[in-house]
Amino acid sequence: MKKSKLMTLNKAIFQYVNDGDSIVMGSGLESMIPFAAAYELVRQQKKNLNLIAPISDILFDILIGAGLVLKITAAWSGNVSAGLGHNYRRSLEKGIPHRVQVEDHSNFTLGLALLAGSMGIPFLPTKTLLGTDLLRSNPRFKVEKSPFGDERFVYVPSLNPDVAILGVQRADEDGGCHFWGNLGLSQDAALASKKVILLAEEIVSKETISSDPNRVLLPSFKVTAVVHCPAFSHPSPMQGYYKRDHDFFHEYHQVTKQEAGFQDWLHKWVLTPSSHEDYIRLLGERVEQLRVKQRITAPEINYAFQ
Amino acid sequence: MEYTTEELMVVAAAREIQNHEVVFVGMRLPMLAFGVAKKLHAPNAVGFFECGIVRDEPSEELLYTMGDPPNIAGASWCTSTNHLMFLMQQGLIDIGFIGGAQIDKYGNVNTSYLGDINQPTVKLPGSGGAADIACLSKRLLVIMSHEKRRLVDKVDYITSPGFGSGQNWRKHSGLPRGGTSSLITNLAILKPDDETKELHIQSIHPGVSEDKVKDHTGWDIQISPNVSSTPPPTKEELDVLRSIDPRGFWTKRKQTGVKLQ
Repeated sequence: MKKSKLMTLNKAIFQYVNDGDSIVMGSGLESMIPFAAAYELVRQQKKNLNLIAPISDILFDILIGAGLVLKITAAWSGNVSAGLGHNYRRSLEKGIPHRVQVEDHSNFTLGLALLAGSMGIPFLPTKTLLGTDLLRSNPRFKVEKSPFGDERFVYVPSLNPDVAILGVQRADEDGGCHFWGNLGLSQDAALASKKVILLAEEIVSKETISSDPNRVLLPSFKVTAVVHCPAFSHPSPMQGYYKRDHDFFHEYHQVTKQEAGFQDWLHKWVLTPSSHEDYIRLLGERVEQLRVKQRITAPEINYAFQ
Repeated sequence: MEYTTEELMVVAAAREIQNHEVVFVGMRLPMLAFGVAKKLHAPNAVGFFECGIVRDEPSEELLYTMGDPPNIAGASWCTSTNHLMFLMQQGLIDIGFIGGAQIDKYGNVNTSYLGDINQPTVKLPGSGGAADIACLSKRLLVIMSHEKRRLVDKVDYITSPGFGSGQNWRKHSGLPRGGTSSLITNLAILKPDDETKELHIQSIHPGVSEDKVKDHTGWDIQISPNVSSTPPPTKEELDVLRSIDPRGFWTKRKQTGVKLQ
């Protein structure tokens, strides 16, 4: 019997995220973003993080405002349904709380960087970004002729992040997991990263996971820790479990216009609750209102061999 | 029939989608434009959403983001962002839609930095998938507000390239195809001149004067010889749009419908 990888969120973040780490969070773009882990990073006051994601809605803005971030490696940072990210703006325009470094990407180049990392090669070529100023603001991109002809390509250097923190619908104690919905860059990020922390809505048996191997996101040996963390994605949505809490994003946009307002927000929602369970209690009936009650199921498929 | 400027813009954008086209759908207003086109004149259009979703049918509920659960239920494919970008790089996307903060006379869009990159006056969110759509789709459609500070002679930073510095720039840069085919604003529709690639006024929205469009543009904008008046949204178009966004969240019809504490 293998040793269980199941542990609390507190312990997983304490044990497997170090100051200065590069961390993928929100690789699925707007859905299943591991906000619970972001809040725990703030509670544990992790420092000098390099956050990697294409678009992770307000997660980056929160961590930038909380002062944890040295650098973002991203395609987009803001508030998807409400507008700009006020903390991101304060950081880059006024140095509040400090100026974060930005490694500019598009969604595609970030995807290629993680894909190259997952493939174990140093770069991948692409036609995207030719002629753009991303080539100027991110000097890591190189433009070179192809060795097979005269065509020019952007060469995107690979990324192998220290940790990927990924949300899934269900996992077993060994790190086998089922994921459904849009993938974004989650699979590329999972395969490219040195450590993978899974936040799972439900913990299920190993038999449940192996009953449907096509729905498995990555092999369990790549998984470092499994955390049972219901509603970890709030306020972002999780297919089959929770709707998106639109109001929460819009309230955040309103109250964080001033830095003091952000500090109040952080105190209320992140620092006062001592754990994710406390945060869920603070949300109160909101969680029940967001819970998906309907069922839309796929017909069974047959894996039999006799 | 009364309508808001945003409704006119969404309808104008929807009309750019032809039946059977594959459309790369950007954040916010483009999501509505795709829905309107699908339900009216382009029932066979296919929608690509950068988070990894392909849809043959528009979602059954209003989307605040493209990753919302109604956009996944009933999708024709849920996959990775990379897979969709690969297909676009091959040349399989007919038209891509993006928004912007700043655009210039050659249709280059900036959504990254206003001012200097090392000391920006405004830090905008960045590319997302917009730069990829602008580089790799066959036609690029941009939707944005028409203000002198936004429609400028030259953008501070090219996030999403239009025609760069003019004719042949894309080819010289190594881009395989594409370019800005339309800019839809709250005042007019701008299209590139066939020769110079500079955006000119193709049609002016009802009730807007030619002088107003010129006054709100940051370069000496030319008028197309066959300039027209933008046809207002029909009742059918508005009915469909309002069935998708009943509270007018994206089209500012009433209050946003979002409770603010």
